[in-house]
Amino acid sequence: MTGAGFELIKGTATILNNLPALLVVIPLLLAPLSALSGKSVFGWALGLFGTGASFVLALMLQSVTEVGMRLTYHMGNWPPPWGIEFVVDSATSFTLVVMSALAFLTTLAARRILPAEIAVKDCGKFYAAWLLVCGGLYGLVMTADAFNLFVFLEISALSSVILISMGAGTDRRALVASYNYLVIGAVGATFYVIGVGFVYAITGTLNMVDLATRLPTAGNDMVLYVGFGFMVAGMMVKAAIFPVHIWLPAAYSYAPSVASSLLAAIATKAALYVLARIAFTIFGGSADLVSMAFNGIILPLAIAGIFVGTIMAIYEHDIKKLLAHSSVAQIGYIALGFALLTPASVSASFIHIANHALIKGGLFMAVGSFVLALGRRADLEQVVGLGRRMPITATAFLICGLSLAGLPLTAGFVSKLYLVRAILESGSYAILGLVLASSALSVVYLWKIFEVMWMRPAPAKAPILVETPAVYIPILIVAIANIWFGVDADWIVSGARLAAAALVGGGT
Amino acid sequence: MMSVQTAMLVGLLAPLAVALLTPFLAVRSQWRDAAGPIGGIITFAAAIEIALAVLEGHIPRLFIGQIAEGLSIEFAVTPLGAIFGLVASGLWILAALYSVGYMRGNHEKHQTRFAAFYAVAVHAAMAVAWSGNLLVLFVFYEILTFSTYPLVTHKESDAARNAGRLYMGILVGTSVILLLPAVVWVWLTAGSLDFREGGILAGKIDPAYLPILLGLFAFGVGKAALMPIHRWLPAAMVAPTPVSALLHAVAVVKAGVFTILTVVVYIIGADLLTSSGAASWLIWLSSFTILASSMVAITKDDIKARLAYSTISQLSYIVLGAAIATTVALQGAALHIVMHAAGKITLFFCAGAIYVQAHLTKISELDGQGRDMPWVFAAFFIGALSIIGIPPLGGSWSKFLLMVGAADAGYLAVLAVLGLSSLLNVYYLLEPVSRAFFRDKKQTVKVTVHPLVIIPPVFTALLSIGLFFYVEYFEALAKLMVMR
Repeated sequence: MTGAGFELIKGTATILNNLPALLVVIPLLLAPLSALSGKSVFGWALGLFGTGASFVLALMLQSVTEVGMRLTYHMGNWPPPWGIEFVVDSATSFTLVVMSALAFLTTLAARRILPAEIAVKDCGKFYAAWLLVCGGLYGLVMTADAFNLFVFLEISALSSVILISMGAGTDRRALVASYNYLVIGAVGATFYVIGVGFVYAITGTLNMVDLATRLPTAGNDMVLYVGFGFMVAGMMVKAAIFPVHIWLPAAYSYAPSVASSLLAAIATKAALYVLARIAFTIFGGSADLVSMAFNGIILPLAIAGIFVGTIMAIYEHDIKKLLAHSSVAQIGYIALGFALLTPASVSASFIHIANHALIKGGLFMAVGSFVLALGRRADLEQVVGLGRRMPITATAFLICGLSLAGLPLTAGFVSKLYLVRAILESGSYAILGLVLASSALSVVYLWKIFEVMWMRPAPAKAPILVETPAVYIPILIVAIANIWFGVDADWIVSGARLAAAALVGGGT
Repeated sequence: MMSVQTAMLVGLLAPLAVALLTPFLAVRSQWRDAAGPIGGIITFAAAIEIALAVLEGHIPRLFIGQIAEGLSIEFAVTPLGAIFGLVASGLWILAALYSVGYMRGNHEKHQTRFAAFYAVAVHAAMAVAWSGNLLVLFVFYEILTFSTYPLVTHKESDAARNAGRLYMGILVGTSVILLLPAVVWVWLTAGSLDFREGGILAGKIDPAYLPILLGLFAFGVGKAALMPIHRWLPAAMVAPTPVSALLHAVAVVKAGVFTILTVVVYIIGADLLTSSGAASWLIWLSSFTILASSMVAITKDDIKARLAYSTISQLSYIVLGAAIATTVALQGAALHIVMHAAGKITLFFCAGAIYVQAHLTKISELDGQGRDMPWVFAAFFIGALSIIGIPPLGGSWSKFLLMVGAADAGYLAVLAVLGLSSLLNVYYLLEPVSRAFFRDKKQTVKVTVHPLVIIPPVFTALLSIGLFFYVEYFEALAKLMVMR
């Protein structure tokens, strides 16, 4: 891949070299065990172990790539370009750490929240699909083989469909939502694989590094364009970039809350990461093509998505759906950073990948525990006065929400600061104005929730709600992380900078 | 004595400690209500210690850490910051006492939440005052906005919530859309956000862009209530009066004009601003605001609404001084932060005292009430005179310096604006007093005496007199601001 300065580690002598494989293999192997376990607590324990182990492995990977190294792993010891290769550089490991951390924390929270939304006997299967989603997404991020990427895409997508459809126990609309996601997602994946077919036709290789070196000299520009177009369009569907985001709001709002939390925190992030990989690594040699697609097409779509998501959220009453619309907008910000194509803007995107995972992960978890306590969907009418009825969870929700609004000393502010800086640096003043206006608008939909939660007395006959530590501790951890990474953002900022350097070069 | 760094920590943490302890002290309302004034005394002592160090020529510094490379959380007290710190902490002592009397006398609900967020707001104001760079200033500027929201909407009525929306909408909207890009612009252009004497932008920014940058700051700082972004301030008057008194006459609005002054003196640099002429539009806009809001104030019958528009007018005096940016004008602006704070908090204290004791809110209802509340109306009279700018009251110094500054810089029309504004002040600020003392009583109301709402305004009224005779400390700080 790019990044000529990286030292390559070869051979399979140490555990370090097997890390990339383990990261995928552990969750995938635990999944069937979980499906077989009848009791929810075993499934949960396996899920917790799988995601926890992945988190540790991802941290180890990061410690390796932080010093400028790049790990490669050859599946079955077949060397590339014939065999499947995993490559982990600083961009990969940063994304992996963020994803696996949130997967672990969401699993921690799921223990008590999940049985409120799905039948206890289904919990084992749920955690099986859960682990498959995680393993699939980790593989998606690490693989350096364009076709293998499609395989992981399908693994994670199909298991996501299972997760979403399991919301049907409380709300039958989950079935339609998951069906839509299945169909639209399949179209996206098919587009991607068609694109891969085109580039394979003119280069004869599927390895990304190989593709990157051969594509500029492949000669057949028309095929190259079409291939690129299909691959990018396919991943845009997966990443839920406007206007192909239509599957997302329903999927996130009718899935069980913890599933929404997981998918919002890591699934679209992985797709966005792959989008960047396609553009900067595979087609890195065709700068004109990439800048045309990103500057000319994705940029306006990202901005449109920001506004559509924000405005839809303002008019939404159901809190989960509101958060889902807000995700569409936040994905727009991340896509915008990639689309500006500068090292600073790409690193701003990585910062927001991490911070938005923290924010939305926490918000969906908190909504999950509201649902658990209320025993019904959390719309604005139901959460009146919740600030005094569930003070701890509501405070965590407030903190994550303020972080989403970009209050200083929260993670969201760091994202906003660096995105504004990157846009200003690139001189796109009109875009800056639109981004800032949308950011101010996002306060509106959050305030709508805060106002009913904190500034209205609870109805006189409202039942007393209980909060249990098993539910609120993981949520509190995420909330505190939102403050922590707002005060001490060095890890995220420098990690994102390294990630951007690995993708587009440059020191900023 | 405390070391300077300890004093800074104490000054920043004491209000925060009060806020955090309040919910736990709430088991006994006496404990909870004592925390505010005690915290105020501790904070004020620290602020005095810091101000003395600044007077000796030091710049007290406190480095907390850094958010990321180039973004340090650092406090460093400029002479202007020392002034604002003294004002905010000193008046907090009285406002905390007053709010005990007000909230109890009025039987308000949620007094614990109120006391806690009140202290958070003071903490944010102190942090703004002592901020060492533009990032820290921006951070606590925003926290000040968010922490005052529960205070504005304290009544939890529909009217309060609507006012809260307007309050957040304007303050957060302007700060995100205008102030944040201005801060980032400075960061990119100067490569730093630190406050330096003489500014950090000289030679680094094309003077042609300077009016735009200044505009982003002037309108981005919604708390300075420059027209046309002033609407949040009258809306915020739905809050209980202690909030209007300390926060919407002192801490919040002064944080706004403090930001503009700081940007002019320590970021852009007064020399660059005057030589480029980038602020001439701001001189006219602030002059317009001074007159227009005085006109609006005359039409208001509600005491607090009238005081709010008077505040908008007086804030623009400070913005005007910052825009003229000559040595004298800047000193006048800095002093006006102090003088207006003492005067206006007196007026709000009185308005609240009248409400708690007699349940009157309109000026037309005050006829003949002076006899029943002599101390309150006497304090109102003195506070009003100070704001009008009549010797021997503190307000006369700052108005005098602002007038000299305007005349020196050749803005004779501005001089006329200041004169006319003083005349309007006389009319609309003295009307309540003259009605109370010289008209026949229209209605008989029952007056319940609450000492805790009478003593603070009397004290601040005396303070306005004292500030006339003992202005030299603040003057010395104001001189340090422009000399170095």
